[in-house]
This record gives sequence, C-alpha cells and structure tokens, in this order.
Amino acid sequence: MELAQRVRIPVVQSIVWNALNDPAILKDCLPGCQSFDRTGENSFEVVLVAKVGPVKATFKGAVTLSDVKPPESYRISGSGKGGVAGFAKGGAEVHLESIDDSAVTLMSYQVTASVGGKLAQIGSRLVTGAARKIANDFFTGFVRSLSGDPLMEVEIETLVLDKGVLDKGVLDKGVLDKGVLDKDADKQGLQS
Amino acid sequence: MVEQSIGKSVLRKEDMRFITGNGRYTDDINLRGQTYGYFVRSPYAHAVVGGVDTSAAQSMPGVVAVLTGKQVAEDELGGLPCGWMIHSKDGSEMKQPLHPVMAATKVNYVGEPVALVVADSFDEAKSAAELVSVEYEELPAVVSTAAAQSGPDIYAEAPGNTCYQWELGEKAATDAAIEGAAHVTRYTLTNNRLIPNALEPRAAIADFNRGTEELTLYTTSQNPHLARLILTAFVQLAPEHKLRIIAPDVGGGFGSKIFVYSEETALAWASMKLGVAIKWTAERSESFLADAHGRDHVSEAELALDEEGNFLALRVKTTANMGAYLSTFASAVPTYLYGTLLAGQYKTPNIYVEVDSVFTNTAPVDAYRGAGRPEATFLVERIVDLAAKELGVDPAELRRKNMIQPADFPYQTPVALEYDIGDYEASLNKALEMADYAGFANRKADSEANGKLRGIGLSCYIEACGLAPSALAGALGAGVGLWESGEVRVNPTGSVTVLTGTHSHGQGHETTFAQLVASRFGISVDDVEVVHGDTGKMDFGLGTYGSRSLSVGGSALSVAADKVVEKGRKIAAHLLEGDVDNIDFEDGEFRLKESNRSKTFQEIAFAAYVPHDYPIEELEPGLAEKAFYDPVNFTYPAGTHICEVEIDPETGVTEITKFTAVDDFGNIINPMIVEGQVHGGIAQGIGQAMLEQCVYDESGQLQTGSFMDYCMPRADDLPNFTVGLTTTVCTHNPLGAKGCGEAGAIGSPPAIINAITDAVGVRDISMPATPEKVWRAIQEQRA
Repeated sequence: MELAQRVRIPVVQSIVWNALNDPAILKDCLPGCQSFDRTGENSFEVVLVAKVGPVKATFKGAVTLSDVKPPESYRISGSGKGGVAGFAKGGAEVHLESIDDSAVTLMSYQVTASVGGKLAQIGSRLVTGAARKIANDFFTGFVRSLSGDPLMEVEIETLVLDKGVLDKGVLDKGVLDKGVLDKDADKQGLQS
Repeated sequence: MVEQSIGKSVLRKEDMRFITGNGRYTDDINLRGQTYGYFVRSPYAHAVVGGVDTSAAQSMPGVVAVLTGKQVAEDELGGLPCGWMIHSKDGSEMKQPLHPVMAATKVNYVGEPVALVVADSFDEAKSAAELVSVEYEELPAVVSTAAAQSGPDIYAEAPGNTCYQWELGEKAATDAAIEGAAHVTRYTLTNNRLIPNALEPRAAIADFNRGTEELTLYTTSQNPHLARLILTAFVQLAPEHKLRIIAPDVGGGFGSKIFVYSEETALAWASMKLGVAIKWTAERSESFLADAHGRDHVSEAELALDEEGNFLALRVKTTANMGAYLSTFASAVPTYLYGTLLAGQYKTPNIYVEVDSVFTNTAPVDAYRGAGRPEATFLVERIVDLAAKELGVDPAELRRKNMIQPADFPYQTPVALEYDIGDYEASLNKALEMADYAGFANRKADSEANGKLRGIGLSCYIEACGLAPSALAGALGAGVGLWESGEVRVNPTGSVTVLTGTHSHGQGHETTFAQLVASRFGISVDDVEVVHGDTGKMDFGLGTYGSRSLSVGGSALSVAADKVVEKGRKIAAHLLEGDVDNIDFEDGEFRLKESNRSKTFQEIAFAAYVPHDYPIEELEPGLAEKAFYDPVNFTYPAGTHICEVEIDPETGVTEITKFTAVDDFGNIINPMIVEGQVHGGIAQGIGQAMLEQCVYDESGQLQTGSFMDYCMPRADDLPNFTVGLTTTVCTHNPLGAKGCGEAGAIGSPPAIINAITDAVGVRDISMPATPEKVWRAIQEQRA
C-alpha cells in the first residue's frame, strides 16, 4: 500500500515539528494505539490494536525515526508482530514546509504499508483500505489536535506521484509540484 | 442366478452413508483423553529463525507442551523425502535440500510450521499459539517461476535455485528438423498454479500406546502404506510393524493427499514424545498455505511442420516450480509424467524437451489431478491449434492428418512411452458429430446476430495411467514399486470381503470393486464388502493416484478372484466326484461336465471352512486368496474434448454453451461412476482454464489465501456435459481397463482456451481466462 497526501495545518512549522516528535501526541492520534513509549532518542516501542477485515490483532513493535532533518522532514517507520495474525510493516516520510512564511504549515507525507502471514492471506484486498483509514485518521487527528479544534474540517489532498520516484527524498518541492491533485478520491474519513 | 453387474450403472454402495451424514472421516473420530494440536506457522516467505520463546505459551491453561523445530532437529528426525530421483542431463543427481518436519533454523515459505502447541482443547491450543514468540530475520524472497534461476539462492546446495536440468528425446535430430522445416509455430505459455482445495481438509490423530509401543495414525491419506513406509524408513519415526496408519473415509484428494506432510509427521512424533493422543484438523486457511499446490510451469514450445502440414518436430523448454521443498513425488511430475506425454496422439517423429525445476519461497508443488499430463496436453493441444490457425487449415483436420493410426499400435513414441492401443480418429469423429461441429458456422452467425462472439475449440488428449511397471519406474528413479495388492476373502456363508491396497476418496471403489468380484463369483454386489485404508488390515499397497486403482488394483483383485475359482474347482471336483479338469464355473455354480451335478459358490465356501468332506491331504482348508499385480505397461486412455463458448463482448463473460467429451477408457465396469469422474475432471479443468489462479505477491505472501480471492468452479459455471465413449481394450491387464479419473482435467483446459481464442479472434489468452482478461483481449482486438 502506498499513499501520498498533503494537508494544511494552521500553526507554525516549529510547533508541527515538535508535535511530530512527541510520543504522547502521536499516541493520541494513532487509532488503536495503546502505548507509544520512547526507548531512545529516535526509537519507540508501540502497542497497537488493528483490525483488517476478519482479522483483529494486537501488534507490538518498534518504531524508529530516521533521516531526521529538523524542522523539515523525517522518516518514521515501524514493524510489528501480531501473533498468528502475522506481521505488519509500515512507514511514512513526512515533509513540512511553511507556506509563504505564514503561520500555516503544509505537511506532505507518503505512507507505505505491507503485511504478512494471515493478514495478507485473508485480508490482502482489505489492507489498502485499512491502512489508508489508519493514515487518514492519524493525520486528521493530528491536525485537529494541533489546531485545538476537535471538530475542524480537515481537507486532505491525495497526490498521485509517478511510479518509481516514491523513494526517499522524493518529497522535495520539485516532485511535489508534479503531484496531481485527486480531490475526488479522498476528502476525509475514507471508508475501509 | 444373480444378474451380471459389470457394465451396469449400479448405484454407489457408499453414497447412502455419505449423503445421510454417516461417513466416518478423520475429524469424526475422537479418542478418549485426546489432546489437540495447533501449528505456529511462518508469516515470512524466507527468513532466518532466531530464538523461539515458548514460555508464555507453555504457562497458558490447558497447554500440554509446545514443541519446536529445534526439538525435531535434536531428536534427529529425518527429513521428509522425495520419492523419485531425477538425474540432470549432466548425470548429476537432483538437489534435495533437507525438508524438515518443522523448521528449526530457516523458514522457506509462508505457512511453514515452526512449532506445535499441544493442549487439552483446540481453543486452548490456538490461543497459546498466539503467545509463541519467534524471532525472524527476513531474507529476500524468490517467488517467480520464470525468474527463480536469477534470484538469490535459497539453498547453498542448489545454485541458481535449480533442482535439476532434465532432458528427454533427441536434441540434434529435433533441432535439425526444426531448422529445415517449411513452417514453425512458436508458443510461450504459462500453466497456472492451482490450489487443490479438497472438500475435506487434511486431518490426523496420532495415538501412541505406551503399553504396546504401537503408534496409530488416523489420517487423510490416499496411500496409507506409502505413508507408513516413508515415516518408518526415511523419517525413522517408528518401526514399520509398530506403526499403523488408518485412512478412513476421505473427502477428496486430487493428489494433495498422496504426500507425507510436516503436520501429520509432527503430530505422530509429538504423540510418541508426550505419550498422548493428539488431533489436528486443518483450518481452511492452513489448507491454502500448506497443501501441496499444482502445475506452475513456464514453457516455450516450437512445432515444426512440412508444406503438407505433417508434424516434423516439437521442441520444448520448461521451467517448473517445485516450491520451497521437494514434496513426496514433486520431481517426477514435470519429467516422467510430463515430457513423456508430449507426443500426444500424433506421429511427431522428433521431440526434445528440457525441464529445469526450480526452488522458490512458495508452498511445495506436487501432483494435482493429472499431474504433468495436463501441462503436456495443454502445450501440445494449444500449439497444434495455433499451427492450424497460422496455416489456415481446420484444426480438426490438422489433428486428424497427424494422428497415430490403429494399424500403428503398439506405437513407440520418441519420448519413451510405447502406446499399446487406441483409435484416436474414432473418438475425434464421434466428438465432432456429438458436438455438431459441422453446424458451428450457423450457430456462430446466430450469435453474431445477437451481438455475441462464438468460438469452438478441440483437444485430442492422451494420458498415461497406472504408472508401471515397477522395474522400469525404478530404472527411471522411482523409490517405490508400482504394483498393487488385492485379497479376496470368501467367508464361510459365501459372502466376500475384498481387501485392496488402493484407497477410495470419492472414486466409488466400494461399488466398482464389488461389481468386479461379485460378477466373477456370480453373487450379488451386496454380498461383497470392500475394505481399504488400514495398514493393520490389508497387505502393503501403493494407494490411489494416477488413475491406477482399477487397472492395477482391480487387476490384482481379478487375479486373486481367479485363484479363488481355481481352488473352488478343486473342492467341487472332490464333492462332485469328478476330475478337476471337468469342473466348469459359471453364473455362481460349479458344474461337473456331462452331468447334472453342481455345487453353488456358497456351498463350496462352506465346505472350505467346514471341511468334513474335503480333500484335506491335497488342499488346505479355507477360501481366501491374494495377488500382487505389477502391470507390464501404463494404460493409455485418450479422447477428444470439444468446447463451444459464447462471449458477451461488453463484459467478457464467457458461457460454455456445450462441452463434449468422447473418451476411450477401455472396458468399463460402472458407466455411471465413470461419467461422474469425467464430469468432475472437466469441472476442475474449467476451474483451471477460466477461474483458478494462485497468486503470491513479490514478497512471497499468499494473496489468494481464501475462497474470497481464490475462485473455485461452481455449478453455475458448468454446462451440462455431453459425454460419449469409444472403446479399445487395454491389451495387457486382465480387465482391459485403462483409467478415467484424471482425463477430464487433462483434456478440457486446451479445448476451452482454443474455443475462447477462436471466439475473440486472438492468438492467446492465458489461463485463467477470466472475464477481465477476455474483455481486455476483445478491446485490444477492436482497437
């Protein structure tokens, strides 16, 4: 599953950056997250309950931050084991940019997720939808949390990027400009 | 006198218990105090196994033990063997990496067992399995059949992931014939990977008796004696005389229950280790992951023809996927059950085939209904059809022109087999007539008037059944004999118990074999009981696969029945005070020639067991005889299948409007059962051709792991079948029978694809020809 989106957040970039590095905020925004504990400067231990189709499992795993470039971008990635349900791996490249030096920050991110074992066997058709929903819920919650408005209408724009350029470093300004806005596909609250 | 039942559609004796829910399958059996097993399986296609922490699972309520692959290794259990040694063209032996009962150090496919949890209940075992923590270090997975040889090596001992590079036929002559040919048709094809999906999943109960030190394994096996031999001689689990394998009613096998698998073996080992009975029934998810899959070939083929359309040569290069380990007979399927069939029904003088078998990080692949022969038939019957299209000749006539003629038998093919008998043109003609081939143009015009596409396709298949003889198979690498045992026990009252080493799991042996023996003795079918599937009851036998049961197992029973009659004549001669040479046996009576004196079969049986007036000095009492029958050749069923389809070009939905199958199975004992076998086989062929596709993603995760994603044929996917027969009698077995179990699955897929491509007007559509693929082909054709 790959997903590239961007969203405008009505707070200054440094606050967004700090929030992206705050395990308490990450825990609150990540649906089904039971704990998000720091184990090192850029590493965390996470427990997450996720349901994909008929498979519900508790995932325990490590989350790490890499390519950290404050206050601009990092890569957050994790993998977790869900017992007999199998495993899940995922990550997101997150890129922040202040819009015209205003108090509005444009956050772009590209999420990847893959699963194995029973999750893949039974739920492969459902994984994309489930992962998109988790990503969407997370980033919607994140924006609301930062803006202090729990009912805020968050407009998330989905980006269609050329295949093969989705790797590290892709989310610089040049490539982002090439992204095609696909507003119809994806406002908020995607159905799984 | 009892009516002769051979050739009659006697209703199946076993069906009443099946349709009333009184079958006794492995899962129906419950032993006092039994525990339940649940397997922890790898979620990775390829990974190094680090630590396995079983402590949390072990402390769960009800848990008896948690056993791991490391303990299997510590107990020095042998690996699961492959029973057929294939030599590469350079003479080297095939690579056979250790196939562990449970993985200890490395997992090689998703679903591979790494630990077994044994608990008092199924739910406790399954819950505790969640807590078994296995550390994996993921490795890159090799998934694609075509690209396996360029992937990273899975096993150090198998460079390029190559198991063997086999060849058959004359390379130089074939190359030369293709070089100089007036026309060469070339075809690149994939034979799609299938998942067997027997209705009853695999199941087992292992029961070790500490007092007698006997291990009884109830299991869903097509060949219990072979399982016992492998568990004894190779896995070295228990001595053969202390190991009893019972395969009770089994709900379908299609090949997938021939093999000795990890789970049943681990269960047996655990039962001996723990001294408790353990039961395991696969969940459907486990069946998808861990039953041996079928087919999975990628091939390139070239057919050379002269100006008149005579076949000159066929050259084939195939890559066959073995999966992660060599399953029990995996190596034989793409070699001696495939390359040898490439002559088909034709006089092609030069054939050369190369087969590279490769390892991948997918479930093991082995025999599945047809086993190699569907792959060969699909290749031959597709490329012949393509040649006809390229040359602009009628596909039926191109086939007819090249067919081996009745006068040519016995016919030695360029690929090792000697066909004993057949009349291929007779089947072709009858099928063309039954399918109203001549009227196709009119029907096509009608379809076109309705905005539909119509196509017709043929397939003239041959198969080789009843793999034999043992000596030849042994010379070619088989690790077992290929004979069959049979015992005919006449009881004192004249009823008969028949014991066979074959196994019935849907084939109706309890009826067919009863008809065979009852007819021989002139008694009622109801007076014959057929017993199978228990190593504690009958002599060693090889089981049921490769459409062998009647032609090999039935022949053994026929020979045993002859011995009973011979002994009966001696007893009768004594009782009737005549010479044995003057005793005739007919319609259930022993008669003294030129007299009115006779004894019934039942009277002779009684005399044999109550020998008060009996030639006791010359003859032992009792009336029970055995035979072990080793055939001198394969049998060669053959026929023509014709498929006609109508396609909606707006949706790509293909309807099979008529499916005609005319088969030559030799002599037939029960036409209804044979027709049922043909129906079932064609249904599976339609599944392969139009619906079924096993898909792994690039990391080796099974994407088609449930019936949500793996499409099995349903009743509304199937037409009413038009079935006919022609008969040439097998020359070398006492029944003249050939075998019918796989023909439908072998003959039908190319007929279907030939029909669909004919309708759409394209060269090729790969299997399965789903509505989406057909629709896309139509759009491309229109563009």
